[in-house]
Amino acid sequence: MTKHRLFWPVSALLALLLVDLIAKPSFFKVEVRDGHLYGSLIDILRLGAPLILVGIGMTLVVATRGIDLSVGSVVAISGALACLHLSGLPDQDAVGGTVVAVGMALGLCLALGAWNGFLVSVLGIQPIIATLILMVAGRGIAQLITDGQIITITSGPFRALGSGYLFLVPVSILIALAVFGLSSLLVRKSALGLLLEAVGGNPEAGRLSGLRSGRLTWLVYVFGGLCAGIAGLMIAANTPGADANHAGLWIELDAILALTIGGTKLTGGRFSLGGTVIGALLIQTLTTTVYTLGIPDTATLLVKALVVLLVCLVQSPAFRDRVRRRRRPVPATESARAVEVSA
Amino acid sequence: MTDPRAILEMTGIRKEFPGVVALDGVDFRMFPGEVHALMGENGAGKSTLIKTLTGVHGIDAGTIVLGGEPVAFGEPSQAQHAGVSTVYQEVNLLPNLSVAENIFIGREPRRFGRIDWSAMRRRAEVLLAGLDLHLDVSADLGTQSIAVRQMVAIARALDVSARVLVLDEPTSSLDAGEVERLLKVVRTLRDEGMAVLFVSHFIDQVFAVADRMTVLRNGKLVGEYRIEDITPVDLVTKMIGKELEALEDIEEATHRHSGGEVFLRTEGLSRKGAIAPFSLEIRSGEVVGLAGLLGSGRTELARLLFGADHADGGTLRIDGDPVAMRTPRSGMAHRIAYCSEDRKTEGLVGELTVRENIVLALQAARGWTRPLSRRRQDELAARYIDALDIRPAAPEALVQDLSGGNQQKVLLARWLITEPRLLILDEPTRGIDIGAKTEIQRLVAKLSDDGVAVLFISAELEEVLRLSHRVVVLRDREVVAQKDNESLTPDEIMAVIAEGSGT
Amino acid sequence: MTALARVTAYRPQQRHLPMLATLALLVGAYAYGASQYTAFGSGQVVFNLFINYSWLLVVAVGMTFVILTGGIDLSVGSVVALSTVLSAELLGEQGWPAAAVVVAVLAVGLLLGTGMGALIHYFEIQPFIATLVGLFFARGLCLTISTEAPSIDDGFFTVIAQTQIPLPGDSHVSISVLIALAVVAVAGYLLHHTRFGRTVYAVGGSEQSAVLMGLKVARTKVSVYALSGFCSALGGLLLVFYKLSGDPLSAIGTELDAIAAVVIGGTILSGGSGYVLGTVLGVLVLGMIQTLIDFDGTLSSWWTKIVIGGLLFAFIVLQRLIARR
Repeated sequence: MTKHRLFWPVSALLALLLVDLIAKPSFFKVEVRDGHLYGSLIDILRLGAPLILVGIGMTLVVATRGIDLSVGSVVAISGALACLHLSGLPDQDAVGGTVVAVGMALGLCLALGAWNGFLVSVLGIQPIIATLILMVAGRGIAQLITDGQIITITSGPFRALGSGYLFLVPVSILIALAVFGLSSLLVRKSALGLLLEAVGGNPEAGRLSGLRSGRLTWLVYVFGGLCAGIAGLMIAANTPGADANHAGLWIELDAILALTIGGTKLTGGRFSLGGTVIGALLIQTLTTTVYTLGIPDTATLLVKALVVLLVCLVQSPAFRDRVRRRRRPVPATESARAVEVSA
Repeated sequence: MTDPRAILEMTGIRKEFPGVVALDGVDFRMFPGEVHALMGENGAGKSTLIKTLTGVHGIDAGTIVLGGEPVAFGEPSQAQHAGVSTVYQEVNLLPNLSVAENIFIGREPRRFGRIDWSAMRRRAEVLLAGLDLHLDVSADLGTQSIAVRQMVAIARALDVSARVLVLDEPTSSLDAGEVERLLKVVRTLRDEGMAVLFVSHFIDQVFAVADRMTVLRNGKLVGEYRIEDITPVDLVTKMIGKELEALEDIEEATHRHSGGEVFLRTEGLSRKGAIAPFSLEIRSGEVVGLAGLLGSGRTELARLLFGADHADGGTLRIDGDPVAMRTPRSGMAHRIAYCSEDRKTEGLVGELTVRENIVLALQAARGWTRPLSRRRQDELAARYIDALDIRPAAPEALVQDLSGGNQQKVLLARWLITEPRLLILDEPTRGIDIGAKTEIQRLVAKLSDDGVAVLFISAELEEVLRLSHRVVVLRDREVVAQKDNESLTPDEIMAVIAEGSGT
Repeated sequence: MTALARVTAYRPQQRHLPMLATLALLVGAYAYGASQYTAFGSGQVVFNLFINYSWLLVVAVGMTFVILTGGIDLSVGSVVALSTVLSAELLGEQGWPAAAVVVAVLAVGLLLGTGMGALIHYFEIQPFIATLVGLFFARGLCLTISTEAPSIDDGFFTVIAQTQIPLPGDSHVSISVLIALAVVAVAGYLLHHTRFGRTVYAVGGSEQSAVLMGLKVARTKVSVYALSGFCSALGGLLLVFYKLSGDPLSAIGTELDAIAAVVIGGTILSGGSGYVLGTVLGVLVLGMIQTLIDFDGTLSSWWTKIVIGGLLFAFIVLQRLIARR
């Protein structure tokens, strides 16, 4: 049971929820208010949606032994471009204009993903460095788009992406669910998952087996850009507006944490989209829990650091090895002395 | 059997890895002023024994006595401090540092706590001059040849004032002249009183340099012999054991030439720095053996035929039509399959399952949008697990948990399901147990009967001769001879390989 | 510095190419600035680079050690901020003497770095993740200690902050600059003249080989993170000297600047090759870009980021080309 790779992350998530339940018995209560689902659990899902999206994109990138540091900047760019276009419309509530704004933003994000993919797969630059370029420059580009201002918008259709409801359920949850469902189907029903794992698990073996690893690599960075773009729109819709300085700040780090917690290794190969979703929810639940427990929210980062450390440690084979050895000590001191004598 | 003269005495050494007993009660001893050869087939436990001696692996049972004191090495640095120096098979040095630093790093000459660079360079020059090597010691090691790196590694080992020097396959990448020079160095060291542990696949080198040898088989000790008490034939028998007979019956089966159509033909195909222009024909149903030492261009030749590397000169024709072999995909498009010699880094994806590894090439050829159905995958996996007797017969086991022989079979299965017309096997029997070896040899014979062309590469001449209809001999990255295998003997091939390689 | 030059002189020129390119860029940028704006030509512009970026220089030097081993340290910005907050808190609220504060701050940095190093080496947690935990942890500590940015009026700190050391040509530098240059000199000495330094390069070249050669890999790996933690704490102190305040939200994104400076300075991110001197040039280039944009006056601050991104791209492609030759 503990062997299953989602055992530890799921246990940690359940443990946190249990803490919440004890601290606040009404925590699990979900009710319908004004035709909307309402409750702490719904909040966790709703607020965690952007991280889930970015995490899904990042997971596929990491599966190929890559990493995409630029997603935070892409989130900012996506929101900035959409809001810039919306703010210039005579009627922000026009659906047509909103669709154009969304289309423009996502189109640009696909291009940015393609840029990352080009650097990694064609120029052969190490992913961490290749995406560092856009991470640094992208934040500047986002500020360039917004001219350093916070662009506020009023568009109803656009805001629905972040705070709207459909069939009682928040739209952002539905979007995250749809992206998760579609990408899971895509990787497991086609051969994409297997081929990505082969590319990341052993690139040279993949090449000699006839994999077009360059093309696959390119594909995942483009997909990662798209996911970040959708997340960026969601964050902007929630704000509502574009804040080029803060939108998506540190989301790349949270996304990498989420997938690490979910059991995907940064060294590539085997990946688990479900694990990433669990990881993202764990991170979001943590924030909510800190709030529920009445711990000052300035301590959120501290608690996050400690919980993440704990989850990473129990998943580390080296750590478990050490703990086990401590319980069953071997007479190591004698042999160590013997070495010193002979030396 | 304690002998007071022994500098090293290992008794009852046992080492287990998950699922495998690598060493089982092995005794081993060494004397000062002697070259001791450690012999055994791949997988006999030589490397593991060396690694327990040099502190890379701990031991599960047994004792190690060095210079009269019991020792237990937790890490390589402890073994080095105790006077056991090692030159590993894949030379483990630092390409980003200079030659001189590679010799001295960790023990740099210092003055007032700071590294004395000029003294270091001087001492490096002196040390290397002692090995008859004169070069700019401040050049990066990465710019030097393998032979030079080997000498640098030995120089490093010598400078620790070692009592025991371990040379693990030191000659496998050297040409004949370089081998001679190395053996000379080994003899000099022995005469100076060093105990040298010498591991090599080349039996003639062992007989040329060793004073004593210990033979291992399947992780167990076969025996320890003085060199004058054993003949090469005895040695091989002891290394291979009774199982030699199991190989005999294949011998008859393959020597009939099937004489099919020419499948592949090269004219002056070449790649700079890898292989000189060569012309070669492979017919359907023919087994062509490539013989030559490691580094003679065997692998490089094979990689050009598959498209793993692309040629920069000459032409390659398949069924008479010229073909540009640029990537593995072009090889696959012409139904050529290539099993790399390096299963771990170029063959299998360890963390994927047996089934996934088996379908990988076929799936890659179809592209990700046209998946093989799970049922089809299961069928294919089950059929080949059965046909090749892959153990455990569990399609969902992770490949990294399988033994070397079974991993090799998984790799074979991957290519067999693509139904190749030419199957290139690069060292398919290296490092696997004798049973699996026999099965793979049988399979080659059967494929040939079915009309599949096979290019078979192996360091073991006997094996090449047993299986091949024709033998292509390489030396120094050049094809030097092609012979029909009527009644070729290993000696004839050895002669061709050795010919002209003057010292 | 001459000793450094002597040691490295025998290496192939190819290794120095990225660093020389950075130097050329720096000189070019300065010449361009001097031709456009008369005030730019004064030596003080260059000295101001050192004054404004001495804290980043110290942080980047620590980062250089980590990157040379093939690792990465994301926590540096948070540790810098923690140092500033800790200084303000201990001096102000707790009323500690200045010397004790300095020691305490440096000790905390060293401790955090050592902890991350131990996680990385002994528990085999990836550097990226372990130092990410460090980033959250240190920033969390900052916010727990204080959510405000009190200013510091301690006598010792004020004196160090305000003392100007006159130089010929009517220029001056601050004490922080001297400290930063001393750190660079010590780092250069460590890397090129001690076993520890050479082991740093060895680990970056091939960790496995380094282990088999019997080098002290464990100690070295933990040490570089400890050193980086120490440098970040010292960088934090220099930032305090510069700003005389302790801000829990300061130095956000410093890890990026430090990594960018190291890479622009010619150190290869996969480890094993690079120089501290290159890092100095890298920091100066970052500062020079900012200065040029400030002098221009019409360009907005975000152009700095875009230009740095462009430079990163150019230097990485340059490194690829050199590696391919």
